[in-house]
Amino acid sequence: MQLQTKLYINLFLIIALLFFGLNIKASEHKTDSLSESGSKNEETFKPGEFIINHVIDNHEWHIAEISGTEITIPLPIIVYSYKQGLLFFMSSKFEHGEKSYSGLKLETEGVNKGKIVEVLEDGNTVDEEAKLPLDLSITKIVSELFIVIFLMLWIFISVAKSYKRRQNLAPKGIQSLMEPLIIFVRDDIARPSIGHTYQKYLPYLLTIFFFIFISNLLGLIPIFPGGANLTGNIAVTGILALFTFTITTINANATYWKHIINAPCVPWWLKIPIPLMPIVELIGVFTKPFVLMVRLFANITAGHIIALGFFSLIFIFGKMSLGAGYGISVLSVIFTVFMSMLELLVAFIQAYVFTLLSAIYFGLATEEHH
Amino acid sequence: MELVTPGIGLIFWMLLSFSLVLIILKKYAWKPVLQMLKEREENIENSLKSAEKAKDEMAKLQTDNERILNEARKERDLLIKEAREIKEKIIFEAKSQASIEAGKLIENSKAIIQSEKMAALTDIKNQISFLSVEIAEKILKKELLKDANQKVFIESLIKDINLN
Repeated sequence: MQLQTKLYINLFLIIALLFFGLNIKASEHKTDSLSESGSKNEETFKPGEFIINHVIDNHEWHIAEISGTEITIPLPIIVYSYKQGLLFFMSSKFEHGEKSYSGLKLETEGVNKGKIVEVLEDGNTVDEEAKLPLDLSITKIVSELFIVIFLMLWIFISVAKSYKRRQNLAPKGIQSLMEPLIIFVRDDIARPSIGHTYQKYLPYLLTIFFFIFISNLLGLIPIFPGGANLTGNIAVTGILALFTFTITTINANATYWKHIINAPCVPWWLKIPIPLMPIVELIGVFTKPFVLMVRLFANITAGHIIALGFFSLIFIFGKMSLGAGYGISVLSVIFTVFMSMLELLVAFIQAYVFTLLSAIYFGLATEEHH
Repeated sequence: MELVTPGIGLIFWMLLSFSLVLIILKKYAWKPVLQMLKEREENIENSLKSAEKAKDEMAKLQTDNERILNEARKERDLLIKEAREIKEKIIFEAKSQASIEAGKLIENSKAIIQSEKMAALTDIKNQISFLSVEIAEKILKKELLKDANQKVFIESLIKDINLN
């Protein structure tokens, strides 16, 4: 057993080294080819830009770049242009932002960098006057979202099926992998935080727990099915927090509202001339989901930024001298592997914390007595 | 800045797909899973309880068995003891009966022997007296054959009479 575990760890390290090695090589080619062509002013490596480009959303799924040729998965663009109406085409039409298509262009610099903008008749200059088109594209993050959803539906519907099939029997296969987590959410998150009405909120808590956990794990995989920074995107975490906020507000009982308007055990002068406490309490109602949103977003994004930062070190030192670049790459890989291990832990902890806090908010809103 | 500005497209897709996934999973995954988990837990609990009950019953049965076995053993011992007593009694009775019978037989035989002896003795006596008479007759006859002797004899007889 021990030997097997060791073998797996070794295998993982070798694969990681191979993959990261490939990445380094490809990137070096990129800088070489770019400096040769000199078409773009990107001779100096900008780690900030490099990291941000990997962390934010994108209209195409970048996989690798070998000898100046970008390998990307084109994604569908769904855009509502105020000039032309609804448009639908693949992102490969933009050729990585180099060309415009049907009066639209991917902006490559400035405030609107990475966004789709309207272009003038000449097909190249950006139309500064026009309103930005409404972008409902299936971007990298959206496709990752769909992958996560597909995985979740697949896993849990099959788990449900095996529960139905193996009634009153011991769990088997993927069912036995998921059962401890499901029971963990039920017995260690929902029941102690909410109380006897926990069963009502359990489906939501299970859904967010597994959604965040699976997204976090996929985010750690550096290549195609994973790699997109789904839970490190503020829109995604914002919607999750919005769900928690909505469920809390809808299910809140009279005690909860009374507590906000007229908090007990608080001196009267904090409430009467100026309603200080009610204001603070009301702000608290909104800060709770806001904190949920920011915490998950910041934790996951930070993890990605640190891992990418270690990689950037390779190129920064590589610019100084080739030997330094290769030398630091060993350290970088070791640190990135360490970070990945840490991120595995963070992936679980963040899913746990988000679910636990949501459960606690539900519990606070439905508490019977103060 | 892009990092902290939520994109409208993402918000739209996230809201739509997360709501759908929540509804679908709630109906087709969590409901059956939680239901089955609960059922299984109840089932296990009931099974454990009934196992405990069965164990208790087993223990009870065992003590019962032990008791019955002990009683049976005692009864067996008693029966054996009784049987032994009866056997001894029978043997004793038989022995005493036999000795009595034997005594009786000996008595009888003794009596018979006695009577036989008596009869034989009387018979012998009679025989002897008869024989003595015969002998005496023969002797007398022989003595009295001679006249002299007869005379002597008569004379002795007369002598006896005279004396009386």
